[in-house]
Amino acid sequence: MPERAPRPQPKNPILPTRQATLPPASRSRVALGLTAVAARGRFALQVCRDCSAVQYPPREVCRSCLSHRLVWRPQDGKGELLTETTLCAAQELYFRERLPWRIGLVRLDAGVNLVAYLHTGVGTAPCRVRIETALDRAGQAALIAMPEKRRPDLSEDPKLRELTCDPRGRKILVTDGKTSVAQATVQALANAGADKIWIGEAEPWKKVAGLEALRELRQATIVPLDLTDGGSVQKLAGEIGGKVEILINTADHHRTFSIAARRGVETAQLEMDVNYFGLLRLAQAFAPVLKARAADQPTNAIAWVNVLSIFALANYPPHGTYSASKAAAFSLSQDLRAELRPAGVRVINLFPGPIDDDWDQLEMPPKLAPAALATAVVQALKGSIEDVYPGDVAQDWVARYLDNPKGLEREAGEGAR
Amino acid sequence: MPVPAPYDDVVLAAPVTVPYVRYSIKSAHWFLGRAVAELLAAAKIPKARIDGLAVASFTLAPDTAVGLTQHLDMTVRWLDHVPMGGASGIVSIRRAARAVQNGDADIVACIGGDTNHTDSFRRNTSAFSQFSQDAVYPYGSGGPNASFAFLTAYYMRTYGATREDFGKLCVAQRDNALKNPLALFKKPLALEQYLDARLVADPLRLFDCVMPCAGAEGFLVMRRATAEELGLRYVRLLGAIERHNAFPDDPVQYRGGWVMDRDTLYAQAGVGPEDIDFLETYDDYPVINVLQFEGLGFCREGEVPAFVRANTFEVGGSFPFNTSGGQLSVGQAGAAGGHLGITEAIRQLTGQPLGAQVPSARHGVVSGFGMINYDRGVCSGAVVLAAARP
Repeated sequence: MPERAPRPQPKNPILPTRQATLPPASRSRVALGLTAVAARGRFALQVCRDCSAVQYPPREVCRSCLSHRLVWRPQDGKGELLTETTLCAAQELYFRERLPWRIGLVRLDAGVNLVAYLHTGVGTAPCRVRIETALDRAGQAALIAMPEKRRPDLSEDPKLRELTCDPRGRKILVTDGKTSVAQATVQALANAGADKIWIGEAEPWKKVAGLEALRELRQATIVPLDLTDGGSVQKLAGEIGGKVEILINTADHHRTFSIAARRGVETAQLEMDVNYFGLLRLAQAFAPVLKARAADQPTNAIAWVNVLSIFALANYPPHGTYSASKAAAFSLSQDLRAELRPAGVRVINLFPGPIDDDWDQLEMPPKLAPAALATAVVQALKGSIEDVYPGDVAQDWVARYLDNPKGLEREAGEGAR
Repeated sequence: MPVPAPYDDVVLAAPVTVPYVRYSIKSAHWFLGRAVAELLAAAKIPKARIDGLAVASFTLAPDTAVGLTQHLDMTVRWLDHVPMGGASGIVSIRRAARAVQNGDADIVACIGGDTNHTDSFRRNTSAFSQFSQDAVYPYGSGGPNASFAFLTAYYMRTYGATREDFGKLCVAQRDNALKNPLALFKKPLALEQYLDARLVADPLRLFDCVMPCAGAEGFLVMRRATAEELGLRYVRLLGAIERHNAFPDDPVQYRGGWVMDRDTLYAQAGVGPEDIDFLETYDDYPVINVLQFEGLGFCREGEVPAFVRANTFEVGGSFPFNTSGGQLSVGQAGAAGGHLGITEAIRQLTGQPLGAQVPSARHGVVSGFGMINYDRGVCSGAVVLAAARP
């Protein structure tokens, strides 16, 4: 177990609470293509279908042959740092508050120049580097020049650490401790150096062995939280909302049925009550306090994590109503993301495929072990991404979705009876 | 490349400056309008005599030159909006010259000017271009300081130029500015001050960076006969070049479009670099000065350090340069910065300098450079001007 991160001094109540500032967020629509790949932790550039010329900055037509057939293609990011500077003055408040900044001009082997942040592990120009993407605090793509050979964490660089939501030393709420995914996540967060973990427990008279075991964890505190009860959510927000730095919503109500498989809507209503309205209740109670404390470093609120489902992308009829509830939650998470973005609080969505638990019993492998999903949560926080598709099935589905959403609808529907 | 047709008897006259201020509550229209008023006063002509107008400004939005004609109630038969920053004055000359030469206009007023509010430089920089907004400004919002820091660091590493070399130019410009009552910088600059100034964007320090301000510059382009009829002192236009997006494959900008066009410039002008008595460069940062020394043939590529060490750059020196003090010591009034060297050259060649007179000046070169659209300056240009009687 890693050593405990030192806790910061208690806040001086006389000092004003810092307000959030952000890096510039304006981008042309075509440049949002880079944000789209960075959200998944990839690096891609536009490539011309007709002459293969690589493009950057993002363009509407090919810089070489003027074809308009430009497509985003993965790049290895290798290139040379040509020249660099350390900015000791900046025009925007966000940068001014964090001076100095080291940036460089990189020539990719693919033949384009780009401006990037330089990781502290990168030597002085000229030298070889490898470009990676991250999301900045405004939620836009940022290019980072890394050492070519080594793969250091962003967190090793004190400036770039702010592009992550590293759980080390953080206070975290996991909303429903009764699921196997939540229990594995709590363990993974503890291993990653979380300072404190509140674990929500609904219906405490129903004991679950895995949750009981977590009582032994030094960092863990079990708190009453029922997402189907607005009063319960508000009460907890009143008690700990001002301390939570990362909120991880693991609450999940999962029943397996299609439209024709069951009469009545009561079970589907309960799915919606937990998966969709539960998220809404949480967001109404916790999002305002998280926003208010987004710049209150070092104990500022930094992230909100939703464990959704790959079935949010396209309905999977054997789990038809469950898919619908997760699609609703996904849609609401986009609202939450937009409302938290001005404060720089990141919303991370995970879209796992079938999990190796009782509710996915009839799904064929490969299935995602709860511990693997927990690892994905921690990696997403330590990295700088907002959309995570953990496991082979999720990767397969998202590839199909990005390639042809209508095709995925048909393919997913083949399971219907 | 064939040499373009000569400019025959196209001349420039009536250089005017609307005095610079660090910040202003006025709009760009005020500064540009004052420039036109000063032009009319200098030429002693009514507004209706001006039938051509070329305008350069960063802060005129939402207006362009079109809006300005109505704002100033000017009826013109030739109009150009030249959004080329530090190259705009040169480009305006080049276009206006052909217009008056061919009779499309009789007298063209070329004006460049901008206002500067307390937060306007940041707002302009953040939306300077699509490439800049998408791929440069989000990385630290350093603006032109960051872009020129890249160029400067690369140039120093590649060609062995030192901070002392750049400092020598800045100190000489300040010396020139001290004699110019319109320069915003009034205190002498010592080399030690330059070297020890606070870091802005390594290797750039405070006195490497131009200071944004408000102001305007203007001059008239006409035929020699018109100038003589009006009794105006004038200079002759011998040659003019412009080039945009030169050498896009250079990894880092170490040369500008002048390299492509200087032979044309001197062939058209009928004089060479050795005949030039003074040089006015576009000088928002010292590194760009030395690219103009090389690009315009005053020294060979890579020989700038030796050239700087072998010369003196004050008005009375071996290579008189930015004789009014240049933008680095006068101030950068937005697009007026692309006209500052032109008005100063007209003044030098007509014996009416704001500061010190270059002794027996017959020929001057004025150079323009502008628009860091992404990772380099895109626009470049230059003119050769000559005193009225060779």
